[in-house]
Amino acid sequence: MRRKIDPIELDDLDRQLINELQNGFPVSERPFHDVAKQLGSDEKTVLAKLTRLRESGVLSRFGPMYHAERMGGGLTLAALSIPEDDFDRVNDIVNAFPEVAHNYKREHELNMWFVLATETPERVEECCHEITEATGYQVYNMPKKQEFFIGLRFDV
Amino acid sequence: MSNWQMDETDRKIIKATQEGLPLVEAPYEAVGAEIGLSGDEVRQRLNAMLEAGVIRRIGAVPNHYALGYTANGMSTWDVPDEKVKEIGEKIGALDFVSHCYERPRHQPIWNYNLFAMVHGKDKETCMKRVEMIAHMLGEDDRGHEVLFSSKILKKTGLRIA
Repeated sequence: MRRKIDPIELDDLDRQLINELQNGFPVSERPFHDVAKQLGSDEKTVLAKLTRLRESGVLSRFGPMYHAERMGGGLTLAALSIPEDDFDRVNDIVNAFPEVAHNYKREHELNMWFVLATETPERVEECCHEITEATGYQVYNMPKKQEFFIGLRFDV
Repeated sequence: MSNWQMDETDRKIIKATQEGLPLVEAPYEAVGAEIGLSGDEVRQRLNAMLEAGVIRRIGAVPNHYALGYTANGMSTWDVPDEKVKEIGEKIGALDFVSHCYERPRHQPIWNYNLFAMVHGKDKETCMKRVEMIAHMLGEDDRGHEVLFSSKILKKTGLRIA
């Protein structure tokens, strides 16, 4: 079961950084200095804060968020329906594909849901086919047809 | 969207930054030093990728579990195909929803054509929010289900080789 990361104490500056840096980060020579100035702090403090936030797992990422399809690659969500007693075997096979970026167990007849991120759009179909062949279960490919909204802010 | 095309230099920059930026005073110089580019070149490339939408944004991604948003349910909806855009935009505008997509059905096992990730402090909050959406849709909600994740099996993020 996925459980919480060690909860760490957040002070005002931590919160400001988490909130502010979800909006964007300067592409400048001394970006941490710029952020610090904006928040009435200094570069050293901001770097120390962010290092702690990242090491403790409060920030799961810090950097550019790439858009797979616009990089020329393929992306899809796919699902499998696997009997419980065969789940671990199939899980190992699916996770071994480098194209599988995320994989979740979910409570449904379709109980394994994974995101495929591939270098080319054509590779998505191939991958689904290979996973079907390797596991013996049909992959239900659910590529997005329309995207309505991306991005959720977590205010703290 | 521009006609941006990835070249070898972009590829190097993507590889060097897809795990994140180094937390040092001059991060772009540090990235450049790793791959034989100047900080200016790195910034110029990143700006071009931002403009082309290849980079959605540069910034922080909080771990929602660590912030107490411990529950997220993948709500899935069967709505009339001809209204999916209108409904998707409505649901996508809700502040507790991320990732709202239209996806293909796979009948008979999968009858839902709209996906909306619903977040909350706990499962109960998520369920209440799903009920709010159901109420909002009225009879356009021809059936829905919420799939909670019971285990993260893999999470590596997007990677290029």
